[in-house]
Amino acid sequence: MADQRGTDADRTRCGEQTRAGHPCRNWAVADGRCRVHARKAAAPDSAAEAESGSRGRDGTNGARHGTAAPRLAKWSSDPAASRSGFRSADFQPVTHRRGQRGATGTGDGDETSAGSPSGAAGGANATPGGSQSAADADAGGLGRAAGGRDVGGGARPGRPTGGRGDSGDLIDALGAALGGDLGAHLATVGDFLRRRFTGDYDVDEFGLDEDLVRHVLLPLLRPLYDTWWRVSSSDRDNIPDGGALLVANHAGTLPFDGMILNYDVHDATGRFVRELGANLVFRTPFVGHLGRKSGAVRASHADADAVLARGELAGVFPEGFKGLGKPFSQRYQLERFGRGGFVATALRARVPIVPVAIVGSEEIYPILWDARVIAKALGLPYFPIVAQMLTLPVLGPAGLLPLPSKWSVTYGEPIPTAHLGPGAADDPMIVFEMADRIRDTIQTMLTRVVMGRKSVFF
Amino acid sequence: MTPRRIMVTGVGRPMIARFARRLAARDDVELVVGVDAVGPPRPGKAEFLRADLDNPVVGAALVDRGIDTLVHAGVHSQSRVAGGRRRLKEHNVIGTMHLLAVAQHAPDLQTVILKSSTAVYGSSAEDPAHFTERHPSDRHARGFGRDMVDVEGYAVGLARRRDDLDVMTFRFANFIGGADDAALAGFFRLPVVPSVLGWDPRLQFCHADDAVAVLTQAVFEPRRGTFNVAGPGTLYLSQAIRRAGRGHALVPGPLVEATASLLVRAGRVDVPIDQLSFLRFGRVVDVTKLVEQFGYVPRWTTTEAFDAFLAARASRGLGRQDLLALGTEVRERLRRPVA
Repeated sequence: MADQRGTDADRTRCGEQTRAGHPCRNWAVADGRCRVHARKAAAPDSAAEAESGSRGRDGTNGARHGTAAPRLAKWSSDPAASRSGFRSADFQPVTHRRGQRGATGTGDGDETSAGSPSGAAGGANATPGGSQSAADADAGGLGRAAGGRDVGGGARPGRPTGGRGDSGDLIDALGAALGGDLGAHLATVGDFLRRRFTGDYDVDEFGLDEDLVRHVLLPLLRPLYDTWWRVSSSDRDNIPDGGALLVANHAGTLPFDGMILNYDVHDATGRFVRELGANLVFRTPFVGHLGRKSGAVRASHADADAVLARGELAGVFPEGFKGLGKPFSQRYQLERFGRGGFVATALRARVPIVPVAIVGSEEIYPILWDARVIAKALGLPYFPIVAQMLTLPVLGPAGLLPLPSKWSVTYGEPIPTAHLGPGAADDPMIVFEMADRIRDTIQTMLTRVVMGRKSVFF
Repeated sequence: MTPRRIMVTGVGRPMIARFARRLAARDDVELVVGVDAVGPPRPGKAEFLRADLDNPVVGAALVDRGIDTLVHAGVHSQSRVAGGRRRLKEHNVIGTMHLLAVAQHAPDLQTVILKSSTAVYGSSAEDPAHFTERHPSDRHARGFGRDMVDVEGYAVGLARRRDDLDVMTFRFANFIGGADDAALAGFFRLPVVPSVLGWDPRLQFCHADDAVAVLTQAVFEPRRGTFNVAGPGTLYLSQAIRRAGRGHALVPGPLVEATASLLVRAGRVDVPIDQLSFLRFGRVVDVTKLVEQFGYVPRWTTTEAFDAFLAARASRGLGRQDLLALGTEVRERLRRPVA
């Protein structure tokens, strides 16, 4: 089935290239050819390649996880068939990220295994299994594989060993494993609830409530990030260690891209992005204080300077509401980059600017029409009629879910500003020129990623 | 240095009375004249002058007694104390105007210290994360905030007209901890604390001991200028309510004003109705200038000041300690291995 899909995609894309009649300008991968052409050459025996690819992973995984590995590899081999060349070349850092999460999982497992002897085996087995299937899901990158990790990740590897014995043993083992895990999990939740109900947590001087973000907001985003949008992130090394200004494209009707950027940066570095929000954000009930608690500050000189002076990462979407509310037909075409205020901010703080291209956000709520009359009446910058609204009569509120497009976050090379000197922020020419340059950079990155992706959803 | 002769207004409030007593007890202070319309709880060695600020008696004392330092701490925020909003404004603005007018002609006067409030910055969605002293006062302020803007204006005028005077203005955050009569203390004593649905203001508190220490240091080591005084750090209102172990009532926006006036009428709390935006946006100030230029490091953070307030008040109902114990109990039970 995957082969079928793979070939289809190949045929369509290459056909376009031929008709265009000029040299292919797609993103070249390791072998010097673009992804499309490379795959075209390999298409006839892609199934065989996939087999060998997954077997290769067996080798490494098998050493770590024993009998569970062959089974899993087989289970996930078909997504791998269509993806292996594509992913390994371009999205290397992702594997690293999943690995990290697996490590945290093991920490949790330790706590439980101390308590119950039977749970020890189950728990210990379950956690590396989780990370291993995560690695596979990673190679596969498909909703099915990723979902499998979340839902059955713990239980699945236990099955080969448990399944051979008495079925009662299996249930006991599973129960103990789950119960043990659940106990530790509930204890963490209990700790969290105790802190929340007694107000025993710290809030930083700009209002970031780290406890809330770590234990509620990021976990809420996780399913969106992992399963729904299967975000892949590349060139994370470009995030500097000190203060920096991340500049990204803004799209998607609702600012999910800001949350995903925050999640991704936290995933990569453990740091929070202090997003610079428009006044409207802080004027809006619920949104305002949630924004503050998740680390946003007002996009003003005073606050942006203060955040950068502390060596933090600030995030800005210079397109603002123009970007969020632009029609679907203009997807991935950057709007005007404000008035360059973000450049002046970076120049004053003398921190590098990191261009970030977020792909996938444009497709979550395709805007068909902007109902300006309603927007004006409500005092909103836009009132989009999105494609999902057409499904409202059939699906009800569920129809308003964002579409599960495949996302990617790409970090460009940091653009230094320190060498321009302290007076540069007051020179509009430098500021405009720099803003244009950054806009061009992000536009190029966007085009490259959009051209290189196989489909909106996979 | 010659012994100091000090006048302190507003000694009817316990915190200022404590400040006056402490001054009077010092060896290098010859005379402390306390002024207020209501008597101080315990005047100590300080002399007490029962008079309104616009009473000519006050001006006469300022000149005749050879006062060298005027601490104007007699500006109130709570209309209940003053007997209504109109009386409050009369007292705050007109009283200050008269007092500082006399001060301009007091030959021995060297130092004027004004106790102001961070309310001059107002509260709005456009606020910076921290107000610095350079931030302009809120031109659209109403009520107490407006009073303070006017009062500070008189102090600025005095400083301009008499440049031999050291004029200092201290903008204090909301007092809590060590000040039982503070406006927000009554608020957090309510069994169920109301807040505006959809909003969670960032609050900042100042411990009364810090306020007294700052005013004392100002008397003996004057530095001209305006300084924010607050405990570093912030608490969200929701967080403070939980720390206080109080119930939390979320009041929808349109009903806030009605709820507040009901509470005020019931005499339960003195919520300044003209400052309800404070309950939406809160206010946090930067105290760098106080630390670096005035040379005072607050000894109480916002959280510590609030906890001091909680420790001092008699807790009723399910207190924070009970919740902590409950949390520990639940955690222990969950940690127990599954049998």
